[in-house]
Amino acid sequence: MSKTITIDGKIIPFEDGQTIMDAAMAAGVYIPHLCHQPEFTPHGSCKLCTVNVNGRNCTACTFPAIDGQEVLNETQELIDDRKKITQMLFVEGNHFCPSCEKTGNCQLQGVAYHLNMLDNHFPLFYPDRKVDASHTEVMIDHNRCIFCTLCVRASQQKDGKDVFAISGRGIDKHLIVNAQSGLLKDTDLNVTDHACAVCPTGAILIKRTGYQVPIGQRIYDHKQIDQVSLATEQHKHGE
Amino acid sequence: MANKIRVATTSLAGCFGCHMSFLDIDERMLQLVELVEFDRSPITDIEHCTNCDIGLIEGGVCNSENVHVLREFRANCKILVAVGACAINGGLPAMRNHITLEECLNEAYMDGIGVENPQIPSDIELPLLLDQVRPIHEVVKIDYFLPGCPPSADVFWKFLTDLIEGREPALPYELVHYD
Repeated sequence: MSKTITIDGKIIPFEDGQTIMDAAMAAGVYIPHLCHQPEFTPHGSCKLCTVNVNGRNCTACTFPAIDGQEVLNETQELIDDRKKITQMLFVEGNHFCPSCEKTGNCQLQGVAYHLNMLDNHFPLFYPDRKVDASHTEVMIDHNRCIFCTLCVRASQQKDGKDVFAISGRGIDKHLIVNAQSGLLKDTDLNVTDHACAVCPTGAILIKRTGYQVPIGQRIYDHKQIDQVSLATEQHKHGE
Repeated sequence: MANKIRVATTSLAGCFGCHMSFLDIDERMLQLVELVEFDRSPITDIEHCTNCDIGLIEGGVCNSENVHVLREFRANCKILVAVGACAINGGLPAMRNHITLEECLNEAYMDGIGVENPQIPSDIELPLLLDQVRPIHEVVKIDYFLPGCPPSADVFWKFLTDLIEGREPALPYELVHYD
């Protein structure tokens, strides 16, 4: 008999070593997430994939599947929690979608749309953050960074470099680059690096590509992130 | 018609783009005015709102007058609605929150390119600027939010017809956009 867990009552098979996220993805069950992509070591920081496992909340991307687990995913309580988390991500940075070239292709926005988030609920921080446009082909807009560390992991694990890191703690947390000057142009980042393409928001952008697809015809303008995520990430699990 | 639903609208720190988008309901406006009566609004030129059912607020708050208008709407509207990105998160005007007020005024009225007869406007009639532009939910209780820059005409139509016909307003996926 193969091992199984249940997610919202549905029986999901898994193999040893898989996380709840791995098992869910493989079975075509979407669990909202931003800091997780199947190619990289799970980080468990965005907390959007919070599920209830045998009565306790934990992050599906880091929690191992164990035979007989009862997992709750789409409960109203968890959906409300995820909406609050997403609202906190929005108010903590400066996310002005109308002026962002990632709009429509942004996973943060996609998750917010999926959760039917219509407002920010919390007071806005309007933090003062910088833009690093020093590199000829790539720019960092720190206003939109949600500290998911996907660029950090992509640079280390796929590009064999070490361009990005997170520095500071709490509200002073910020993305740094590996150069004495602190500028992206002085790192060994190349525009073809995976780290440049992995950002779920508009924090890392490849220059001169932002408006190739018109607003209104972009990924999340018509498709929900659950369909997109399952279609693009499912096959990468188990690679 | 005494029993029409009374709607008031205003633009605070907005660009009137949301109002223009509202007017994009086009011929459906004829259906709407069968059911609603406009009170204070740029459409009517009525200066103060009284006993309204629905208040639609475009724009965030950037000056003292915005705060007074917003409070008047809250006191006189049963249901208050934040319309568009600026009302919801401050939007484009809130980009000045990263620059001091002094720098803003100097750039606009003193040192900017092409400025003639530089002086900072100080007429007593002018409302005082707030040090930061803030979304309206930070000032008064808001009942509903219509995101978008601007929200499409269909968003206004869906929301208002839901309310008027007694349903809990809900926006389906296709109508939710932040851009």
